[in-house]
Amino acid sequence: MRKTIFKGTALPLLLIAPQLLITCIFFLWPAGAAIWQSLLQEDPWGMSSQFVGLRNFTEVLAEPEWRGAAYNTLIFSTSVAVLAMGTALFLAVQADKSIRGANLYRTLLIWPYAVAPAVAAVLWLFLFHPSIGLVGRALNQAGIAWDYKLNGNQAMLLVIIAAAWKQVSYNFIFFLAGLQSIPRSVLEAAAIDGARPVRRFWTIILPLLSPTAFFLLVVNLVYAFFDTFGVIHALTGGGPGKATETLIYKVYVEGVQNVNLGSSSAQSVILMVLVIALTAVQFRFIERKVHY
Amino acid sequence: MASLEVSGLTKSFGATHVLHGIDLAVEDGEMIVIVGASGCGKSTLLRIVAGLETASSGSIRIAGREVAALEPAERDIAMVFQNYALYPHMTVEQNMAYGLKIRGLPKPEIARRVAEAAGLLGIEPLLTRRPRQLSGGQRQRVAMGRAIVREPKLFLFDEPLSNLDAKLRVQMRAEIRRLQRRLGVTSLFVTHDQTEAMTLGDRLVVMHAGHAAQIATPMEIWARPADTYVAGFIGSPAMNFLEGTLAEGGQAVALKAGPVLRFADGPRAGGEGMPVTIGIRPEHVEVAEGGIALPLDLVEPLGSETVLHGRLPGGEALVVKLGGPAPDAGSLPVAFPAPALHVFDGATGKRLDP
Repeated sequence: MRKTIFKGTALPLLLIAPQLLITCIFFLWPAGAAIWQSLLQEDPWGMSSQFVGLRNFTEVLAEPEWRGAAYNTLIFSTSVAVLAMGTALFLAVQADKSIRGANLYRTLLIWPYAVAPAVAAVLWLFLFHPSIGLVGRALNQAGIAWDYKLNGNQAMLLVIIAAAWKQVSYNFIFFLAGLQSIPRSVLEAAAIDGARPVRRFWTIILPLLSPTAFFLLVVNLVYAFFDTFGVIHALTGGGPGKATETLIYKVYVEGVQNVNLGSSSAQSVILMVLVIALTAVQFRFIERKVHY
Repeated sequence: MASLEVSGLTKSFGATHVLHGIDLAVEDGEMIVIVGASGCGKSTLLRIVAGLETASSGSIRIAGREVAALEPAERDIAMVFQNYALYPHMTVEQNMAYGLKIRGLPKPEIARRVAEAAGLLGIEPLLTRRPRQLSGGQRQRVAMGRAIVREPKLFLFDEPLSNLDAKLRVQMRAEIRRLQRRLGVTSLFVTHDQTEAMTLGDRLVVMHAGHAAQIATPMEIWARPADTYVAGFIGSPAMNFLEGTLAEGGQAVALKAGPVLRFADGPRAGGEGMPVTIGIRPEHVEVAEGGIALPLDLVEPLGSETVLHGRLPGGEALVVKLGGPAPDAGSLPVAFPAPALHVFDGATGKRLDP
């Protein structure tokens, strides 16, 4: 790579200013505001606020509702990550084979990523709505009592499927790229060494994909933590009861519906810490392990 | 150890015919080198024998057993790839043991074979390393080791030396030959390098456009090339070709460049005036008083010998290789000694013998 040495500091600073500005306005400022807000208690009308130290945090962590949401998040994000990655890996392995129309197939699989979360939710709603959804009605006619508006487990299942579906494309692209970067000759060598396709998959392909898989695991968990608000909001609104209320959804409920800004901020700060931790783990892992 | 018989092997990709009926019999313990320019089908032939590609028709028998319909795993072969194809996530030891583990050999037996092969190749200190921590030559050795431990019926080499630097290539070439002799494994070795082919092979298969142009020992191919393609491909610098016609009732050739040369070994069939191509190797051209004047346009000194480029009176290019330093002259008198002449049919390029 070519390095350019600037004289002085004005021009370099000017050149990175847009990026710095964006980071400051859209990340550092709101994050700082959230941290500050999480240490305050505000009256319901927003007229006055009072410094309360870490009380918001201790209260949130002691709340059974928050713990319930944390449990929901655990179930939700693990399931989304496993489902989205498993499906994507399966599809990528299929797409990696030399088949007729492979390019078309790949393009089609990438499309769902371009669908907005709310639109994705509506698509799944039209499929699984108990009275107007195709699948929902079929299930009920088949004698399975399907109503995600009443049954919490069914609601959870539905948001998991919808959220995972959106992420499959992303995972698919990475897995496919990972598969294609495995030299053909390594697989041929394994074939000559006597390994059948299934064995080749477990002993050669999967280990070589593990850096990709680990990266995707972190990305998927972060996605499930933060980016699934739209899907949940449009499909179930966190209900029935609080069956599909995840931590990020609870931040919204607390802040926007209950106007409890202190608590809402404390919750988002907790989420922020979680994601920082995840990212840190990932960077350490990548530095240590990935270069084959 | 086993023999290999390939017969009537053809391969087409759609409308493109890559192999047009290859017949080849490799004896037990023999090392056959398949050599040819890129795109001649040599790698395809090797990959078909390995089972990585399927033939369009024909049969392949290893130790008398038809294997054309079998998976690579069932053919009991080992292959060394051009880019080594080591498993990047395994140590050298695991790389070598992988095939044995799959075959379900007992652990002590695996350890014994790996240790033995590692000793043979001098890679014992590397056993715990991963491929990315190895140099090109070391990777090549590991790839060889992985093939050796399997104790297969057949070794296949797919241009294994072309990723190495020149010095290492010469060294590994000798090592492969020694190893192959010592183990006595029947081997197929694909290369585009004629020096590699000449030095490694018990016999060579010179491939050209999907055909086996000639199958013979290196010296036989060098001394009696079957056609102009083989003649031009084997030998460095390449053989000179001169146009001419048969004269004196087939006893001689009248060269376009002027002189009439009598054949040393008898008359060729075909009428007077039939067009022929005369081949003569650069090292066989003699500098002699009273020869044809060859104006030189390029002199390449190589130390122990010198390569001279010039044009004959008829306009044909001629390359001459002389022992010793270059003569200090703009023009040389050259002669073509009769015993060194190769006669080919001017139309088909096939060798014409008396």
